[in-house]
Amino acid sequence: MSAPGNFPIPERGPGIWQPKIQGIVCNWCSYAGADLAGGGRIQYPPDVRIVRVMCTGRIDALFVLKAFADGADGVLVSGCHFGDCHYLEGNYKAAKRMFMVKRLMKSIGLDDRRFRMTFVSASEGAKWGAVITDVVATIRELGPSPLTEFKNK
Amino acid sequence: MMAEKKKATTKKTASKKPDTKKAAPMKQEVKKQAPAPAAKPKAAPAAEKAAAPAKAVSTTQQGDARVGVFICHCGTNIAGSMDIEAVQEASKRIPNVAFVDNYKYMCSMPGQTVIQKAVHDNKLTAVVVAACTPRLHEPTFRTATKDAGLNPFRFEMANIRDQNSWVHMHDRVGSTEKAIDAIKIAVAKAALLQDLHPKSVPVEKAAMVVGAGVAGMQAALDLAAAGIKTYLIEKDMSIGGRMSQLDKTFPTLDCSQCILTPKMVDVGRSENIELMTWSEVHEVEGYIGNFDVTIRKKARGVMTPKEAEAKGIVGGGCNGCGDCDGVCPVIKPNEFEVGMKPRKAIYINHPQVVPLIYTIDFDSCVKCGLCVTACGPEKRAIDLEMKDEFVKVKVDTVILALGYEIFPIEKKEEWGYKRYENVISSLEFERLICASGPTGGHLVRPSDGKTPMKIGFVLCAGSRDNTGTGKPYCSRFCCMYSLKHAHQVIEKIPGCIPYLFYMDIRSFGKMYEEFYYRIQDEGAKFIRGRVANIIEDPKTKNLHVMTDDTLLDRPIDMEVDMVVLAAAIQPSDDTNRTRKLFGVSCSMDGWLLEAHPKLNPCGTTTAGVFLAGVCQGPKDIPDTVASAEGAASAASIPIHMGEVELEPYFAQCIEEKCAGWGMCVNLCPYSALALVEKDGRTVMQVTEAKCKGCGTCGGFCPGGAIWMQHFTTPQICAQIDAFLLGGEQ
Repeated sequence: MSAPGNFPIPERGPGIWQPKIQGIVCNWCSYAGADLAGGGRIQYPPDVRIVRVMCTGRIDALFVLKAFADGADGVLVSGCHFGDCHYLEGNYKAAKRMFMVKRLMKSIGLDDRRFRMTFVSASEGAKWGAVITDVVATIRELGPSPLTEFKNK
Repeated sequence: MMAEKKKATTKKTASKKPDTKKAAPMKQEVKKQAPAPAAKPKAAPAAEKAAAPAKAVSTTQQGDARVGVFICHCGTNIAGSMDIEAVQEASKRIPNVAFVDNYKYMCSMPGQTVIQKAVHDNKLTAVVVAACTPRLHEPTFRTATKDAGLNPFRFEMANIRDQNSWVHMHDRVGSTEKAIDAIKIAVAKAALLQDLHPKSVPVEKAAMVVGAGVAGMQAALDLAAAGIKTYLIEKDMSIGGRMSQLDKTFPTLDCSQCILTPKMVDVGRSENIELMTWSEVHEVEGYIGNFDVTIRKKARGVMTPKEAEAKGIVGGGCNGCGDCDGVCPVIKPNEFEVGMKPRKAIYINHPQVVPLIYTIDFDSCVKCGLCVTACGPEKRAIDLEMKDEFVKVKVDTVILALGYEIFPIEKKEEWGYKRYENVISSLEFERLICASGPTGGHLVRPSDGKTPMKIGFVLCAGSRDNTGTGKPYCSRFCCMYSLKHAHQVIEKIPGCIPYLFYMDIRSFGKMYEEFYYRIQDEGAKFIRGRVANIIEDPKTKNLHVMTDDTLLDRPIDMEVDMVVLAAAIQPSDDTNRTRKLFGVSCSMDGWLLEAHPKLNPCGTTTAGVFLAGVCQGPKDIPDTVASAEGAASAASIPIHMGEVELEPYFAQCIEEKCAGWGMCVNLCPYSALALVEKDGRTVMQVTEAKCKGCGTCGGFCPGGAIWMQHFTTPQICAQIDAFLLGGEQ
């Protein structure tokens, strides 16, 4: 895992693949943690796009699958630490579902490292930076999603 | 209640009808987007799920959505890291965007006027502001949207500062692309936003303060003075907290007891304060305006006069005479005196306790019954078989004033605390120098009872320590109380020299720096250096303090009679337990997290729960009292308003899709869902007042029958599509 803020700016241009990563995060912990990373000017790669929900419990497994079906190279779900959920236990329920997603991905031959659930609290700005840096590095290593290639055939 | 429900259902059906026509093109679009070969069997219900609830899209959305996008420069905060022109040009090509503009400070008055004018001139149906974060300015722009004549919930924010320009400062191309995507995502949701109406609910005219240290007492007194019934919950036997253990207070050298005791008496006397000592918060349900809190009244073994009267013992109950104390055969160390004085199993921990009621420590009580006999047949205050009681109260707002505990300084082994007798902590020093303490105010060495003539004070003992053993933060009041300690030994013991080993003296408050000068003039010695090691002379029990004088640049080995460690402070385990009951987050160091560090330091992310005193972060007494008054004022607002507005993010059941399995009912942490019979079938029904809008039911429902307001499945699907499928025109 490279340290946050310590990554090269990738080469961009027509024809050069950039990872498309969908992030779905909870309002109270991870979204707030991401804001804190901003306040602390913690630098990380810009490839993750965030959709905010109130709680990771809201995240239907199908949202994750929809993102992959739409061509996402990776999906990140992030919420509160266990025991810290603003709605008591939404993150436990989400985590259970997300394990199911991982199993499903394995069974259809999609590398389950493309999908990750993390736990970043509202006070962990630096951790958010580290998580994003690592997620982007992982997806860059895995390359474009095979689903996109399949679709383009 | 029934009438209200009826109204709600009729409204819902009315809003659905005219939209059946509109659902058709929506369906087509979704079909187009659901090829996904791998996830085919799963994708089909997803598409259905996305399409069907679109029926419910509000009637006020005439024709196609017309979204206005407003891009904020935030000075150079945003504009400095991305190409605003490019973002603006790209935004114009996003479907449903009818208007795009940018401005230097969108949140300013002229910025908000730009929004209002654009809404009028372009007949916009929704507003997207690309700026900082909804956690900062969503309320601001919702108000602006409302002032422009739209429903305030027809607003969506694209975060292009906190999660973009500030974190991709050196990647102009990357941040510009990310901003465009963020706006696409926001517009996609904005196009599907509905009118929502926050619900007002009447509030209980009562408040609760948890923790009765100086912060909790001040908050409770303020609330009571404002005419609000206040429950003050304290886990200990007496109110007063840490401050009641202190001898003097800096920089005025007021006697701590002298200024605190009158307040304690006021709390005990106040008609509006219901004091519950030896009690803990057990369970919390409900929401701002209507918290249901269950309090565990720990078995005290002794009845108050009130409790005795309720049991028919007229004129009975504890009057604090102490007859029981004399006969109790069990001896234990007194925690209030940091273990330096004995107490009995039935005890009060110091003479000024409020309320003056004895308490039995059932962990050490042998139930010999001697106290029962001593108490006598008239008072009959003691009940050795007493059990914990659970009391339920309804309150509107809650203030957490949970305080702190001393960092276990023995973890810093190099200083020998708990290994060397003459190394003591600052709290032990407070008790030793206090006239009501175990030695009657005579400072003595624990090893031989002699008066120390050279005392070393080690500052930052465990604070400002990033080695992993101590605490990285500054505990904020140790410098000042160590100066006070130095003054006290000079004053009380003629010829005694205090040596202060410090990193920096942080005397930042009103009259604090002047106090520092005064102590310097009084003859205290200051040695700037972090203490590396303390070694005991086994014969004399004197201590060698080893450090480096960084001002003189030479090593020091100072022999002193006694060492006082100015120990760091930390949140207690109990703080952590209690915060979880109220859904309050904590920062990395465990202190409770405020809603905003500058603009809302007393609030939390749980509406109706406020913070007072040290539990939010280290504070000295003046700051603690100020924060308590702030919290009391904030907590009294909803009570004086008489009602609170709840965010309308609650779940609704799409009854025609509901299979009535009830899987969602078990998932709901707030018991807001129930199965009911309707038109001959079983469907789920939401109690809106109980629903807090987490959406856990909506994330699970296999039939897609739950409509999670403001975070609906079509909205979220549209957001995902907007990013991944693009959709530029």
